[in-house]
Parts: sequence; C-alpha cells; structure tokens
Amino acid sequence: MSDHDYQPNSKLGKWFNDRLPLLTLSSHLREYPTPKNLNYWWTFGGILTFCLIVQIVTGIILGMHYIANADLAFESVEHIMRDVNYGWLIRYVHANGSSMFFLAVYIHIFRALYYGSYKSPREIIWIIGMIIYFLMMATAFMGYVLPWGQMSFWGATVITNLFSAVPFVGESITNWLWGGYAVGNPTLTRFFSLHYLLPFLILGLVILHIWALHVPGNNNPIGIEIKQPSKDTVPFHPYIVIKDLFALILFLIVFAFFVFYSPNLLGHADNYIEANPLVTPAHIVPEWYLLPFYAILRSIPDKLFGVIAMFASIFVLVILPWLDTSKVKSAIFRPIYKQFYWFLVADVIILGYMGAMPAEGTYLIIARIATAYYFLHFLIILPFLGKKEKTLDVPLNITEPVLGGYPNQAKTKEKSNIKENL
Amino acid sequence: MKKIIKLLFFLTLLINFNNPKAIAESSPELLKVDWSFKSFIGKFDRASLQRGYQVYNEVCSSCHSVKYLSYRNLVEKGGPEFSEEEAKAIASNFEVIDGPDSTGEMFTRNAKLSDKFVMPYANEEEAKSANGGAYPPDMSVLVKARKGGADYIYSLLLGYEDAPADVNLDDGVYYNKYMYGNKIKMSAPLSDDLIEYSDGTKATSEQMAKDVVSFLMWTAEPHLELRHKFGFRVIIYLIIISVLVYFIMKKIWSRIESKI
Repeated sequence: MSDHDYQPNSKLGKWFNDRLPLLTLSSHLREYPTPKNLNYWWTFGGILTFCLIVQIVTGIILGMHYIANADLAFESVEHIMRDVNYGWLIRYVHANGSSMFFLAVYIHIFRALYYGSYKSPREIIWIIGMIIYFLMMATAFMGYVLPWGQMSFWGATVITNLFSAVPFVGESITNWLWGGYAVGNPTLTRFFSLHYLLPFLILGLVILHIWALHVPGNNNPIGIEIKQPSKDTVPFHPYIVIKDLFALILFLIVFAFFVFYSPNLLGHADNYIEANPLVTPAHIVPEWYLLPFYAILRSIPDKLFGVIAMFASIFVLVILPWLDTSKVKSAIFRPIYKQFYWFLVADVIILGYMGAMPAEGTYLIIARIATAYYFLHFLIILPFLGKKEKTLDVPLNITEPVLGGYPNQAKTKEKSNIKENL
Repeated sequence: MKKIIKLLFFLTLLINFNNPKAIAESSPELLKVDWSFKSFIGKFDRASLQRGYQVYNEVCSSCHSVKYLSYRNLVEKGGPEFSEEEAKAIASNFEVIDGPDSTGEMFTRNAKLSDKFVMPYANEEEAKSANGGAYPPDMSVLVKARKGGADYIYSLLLGYEDAPADVNLDDGVYYNKYMYGNKIKMSAPLSDDLIEYSDGTKATSEQMAKDVVSFLMWTAEPHLELRHKFGFRVIIYLIIISVLVYFIMKKIWSRIESKI
C-alpha cells in the first residue's frame, strides 16, 4: 500500500516511471489514506478545485473576445453577450463562478475553523490557504473592473485610493498603480494582465496546498491524528472521489440556478452602465464576498488605520495557528469554543451586511462593535480559551464514534480510563 | 437535513445582501407585472415584442438609442422574429453613412440587416443639447442597469404624477414617483392611443408600457429564451445524475462499516 512499493506492471511503464515517477504520483493520489469519518463539509476542497478550473477555462475563452481598452471594453462584453456563440453562457458562468468560488471558500475556511484544521501539524496548509484566499480577493476585484461599468470604475477608484493612506509615498503609490493621475486606460490594461496572471499563481499554490495536506493527511471531525493507513482510513479512490462527486453535483445545481435563472442577482445593476468618470453612483458597493472587509475598513474613522485594520483582519487569520492555544482540535470536544465559533460566524455575517449599508448612524455603530468583536475573538478570546477551557474527552481512534454514534461519551470515558490503568 | 437547512440559511443571507430593499431608500413599491419571461421556462410573447418594437420605433427612438442591437437581431430566434422581408423593410427606412467608396468619398445608403440600429443623435453632446442637458440613456441594456429591472421601467413609464405642493420643479423637469429623487427630465412618454398598433391591439398606456418593456428585456437579454431552456434541462439532468451517483456512492461505501 505504501507509495514507495509501487511498481508499474508494463515494461514501458516501469521505464517511464524510473525517469519521471508520474505513475507513482497517480498511485499515491488513488491510494491516499483518508479518514473515513469525513463529513460533507470536507467535500468543498474538491469543489474549490473544480471552481478554479472552471474560472480558468471560461476566463481563457472570454480573453479571446474581450478587449482591454477603456473605450471598447464595455462594448466587447456586450459583443460577447450577443454575438459570440454561447458567449452569454461563458460570461455568466465566469461571473457567477466567482461568487460560487467564494461561497465554497468561505465554507471551506469556516470548516477549518470549526474542526481546528489549522493546528499543528497543518499550519503550512493553512497559511498557503490564506495566501490563496488573499490572491482570490485580488483577482476577483480586478476581474470586476474589466467590464468597465460604473461599479467597475468607481470600485477601482475607491480601492486603489486606499493606498494613498500610506504616509509620505501614498500618492506616488496610487499614481504608480493607476499608471496616471486617475483610474483610466492604463489601469484597465494592467488589471487585465494581472487578472490573467494571478489565477495561475493560485493554481500553483493549490498544488502546494494539496502537497502540504498529503504530508500529515486530512484532519477529521474528531480532530485526532490517526495512523495511516489503518482501519480508520479509506483509500481516496473510490470512496472519497465518489463522495466529492456527489457533493459537486449538488453544488452544481445551485450554481446552475444562478447562471440560468438569476445571472445578475449577485452583481450590481450599475455595472451595466458604461464607466463615466463624471458621474458617481449613489452607493459604491464591492461584490458581496468582500463586504465584511469593506465594513471593517469603513468602521475606522481614520483612513490609514482603516486600511491597517482591513489588512490586519486577514493577517490575524494567517497567525491563527499560534493564537489558538488549545491542544484539542475539533469544536465537538470544546463546548465553549463552539459557542464562540457561532458568535464569530454571526459577527462576520453582520459585518458583511453592514458593508452593504451606508456607513452612517446605527449601521456605523453596529459595524464598529462587530469589528471590535472580530479582533477580540482572535486576539483575546482564543488564546485565553485554549488555556482555560475544560474540553471533553477525545476518543483514541475514529472507529468508535463512527460505529457507535457520534461521539459516544460512555465509550470515550472508558477508553481513557483504560489508558490510565495501563 | 440540518446541514441542508444551514446551507439554505447561508444562501438566503447571500441573496439578501443584494436585495434592493436592503439598501435603505424610501421608494414606493413597484408595479408588478406578470411577465411571460419570468418563470423557469418563461419565453417572450412574440406579438408583444413586435408591438414593443413599434412603440420603441414610434415613441422612444426619437431620443433613445439601442446601439448594441443590429437589424438582423429582429429576425433571430428568441426575439420578435420578424420575417426577413419585414426586417429588411424596417432597416431600409434608415440611412447610414458608409464608405469610403473607390473614389475615397463617404456616401449615404439605406441600412441593411447587418447594420447596427441607427442612433438618433450623432454623439452625446448633440443628445444633451437637444434634451435640455439631460442625456437619454442608451436602452440596449437599460433593464439590467436599473434596480428592479423590468418592473422598475414599467412603473417609471406609468409613474408620472402632479408634483406634491412642497416640490418645486424647474422648467423641463417632471415629477415621477418611481424615479430616484422623483425628478425626471423625460416628459411622460406614453398616453392612451398615442400610436396605432398594426395588429389592432388597443394602445392603452399600460399595454404600450408592457410591450415596450418586454422589448427592452429582449434587447438586454437576447438569449433569455435559450438560457431558460438550457437551465431547465441542465438542472433536471443534474438532479437525475445526482440520484444515480448517490446510489453508486451508497453501494461503494457499503463495502466498509461506516456511515456516510
């Protein structure tokens, strides 16, 4: 079963594999021992890989017809929608694909938070994941600029203006980003170039993410390290492949609903008005998946500190493996953490909602409280909780809870007693 | 089941972020129309699209362009589906500047099916100066460019009222209860029997508004019918295959003692 023992059957296969061990790699991917108690929240890794490939394929096709020029971009998108064969389908898949990508990535991240997947020995997987997430936001933001509608133009103006908050060199930085003294054609062409480049960096990081995962193996809902392979694991193929496929098809039903029946629901109507530097839209709102960060940005009265808070909100996630001091991974065995976890989920949703509202009055006050709580959760509650919380007894292997219900308190107690007696 | 409920919960939240009502603005409830293109297998009403084109041509087109539309689109499947002769006749009513010819001169000729819809003004400046400084927006994607979509445009067309006593209107500005800020520089474009429908339908304001908004929905989404048809098939297909894959999965996992 071990990867190193793998030998191709054919002579040619052996000849090739001795020179480039691709067959060993494919054997490893098939045999990869996976905990058998993974639930459906674990299927989003596969779904995300699918989303990335869909975005790259549809994006490459769109790139064949799109014209990155401030005078022609909007028209070229309409050309895609009207005259390119199935251009409407490809564009709607790409546009809604980004929302689906973020929906899946948020579920993936919150799954990791719930089951403690970021903890030792998986810190590197987590950090690579956070870099991917950050690049995704940059890519999505630049992609939204490309249709050159009103929200594209003004969203780009607001976000690039953030860098002007940097002391002394802020203005130089924004001018450098724009390629001029305002958002214009040079901005559009470089955003197009970067929007094409970054997904391939993401793809490379995804490969590293999976590589880093295959060293310690998957975490699981019980959050204990298991021997692999053992009776706690199943080979990746066919068990996990078929389960991921089933989840992917369910996900595709949601995806298809958006693409075919509400393709513009997640976008903003103003982006069907061609960019006009002389007319500012009533509300400049980023895409839904960026709203929590937008709320944090606006809740700080000072521009520079707002920008710092926004980047810090991502940075606290990067250092999370060292902020959470608890040795127990899964929230199943952490009754108090479980409560705070759901508070955090609610907090992020509130932040997202406030990001869509005008920054004034009650909205602003709620956004400020939610921002404060966000940092409180990561910087104070988590380090403190890890030291003080009384966790439940963790089972010794996952076969018990898998067979005997979820998790079987009586049995886990028994087991730990046995261990002590030994 | 609990998981599905949770997923649905997040989806609802996601949709709510973009709910027009979530954006705090006090605007009256839009008039609701039972559009034929709204449902899962919704299609355009062909006759309504043809009448809508007539309204556009006889009323709107004096100020508003639809610059992304070509005359050939009028013939294409899923649209008004005029016959090729009808569309050619429509196109030949318009003049376009073509050239240069072999002597290097530009010349004027009648429009052909392959030409884009002729615009009422040569440029934005001319349009503004002819309309008291307001630019009549291009209507190609207008339905998608306004919150509320088809219902909003329909409501706006019928939303003209006398201004309340406390509202002062400048010359050339009109009161419309659905317009953002209630002030609009377009005078009420529709009135009963403004045009005479070639198919004999009675041209009430409501009828004309409904027809022209259907037409504008089509100009914004020319492939809407195909999209609905595809969507219906794709989702049915996915549901069937998900059931099959579910049973395959059950079968495979039954080899080991584990719940899934």
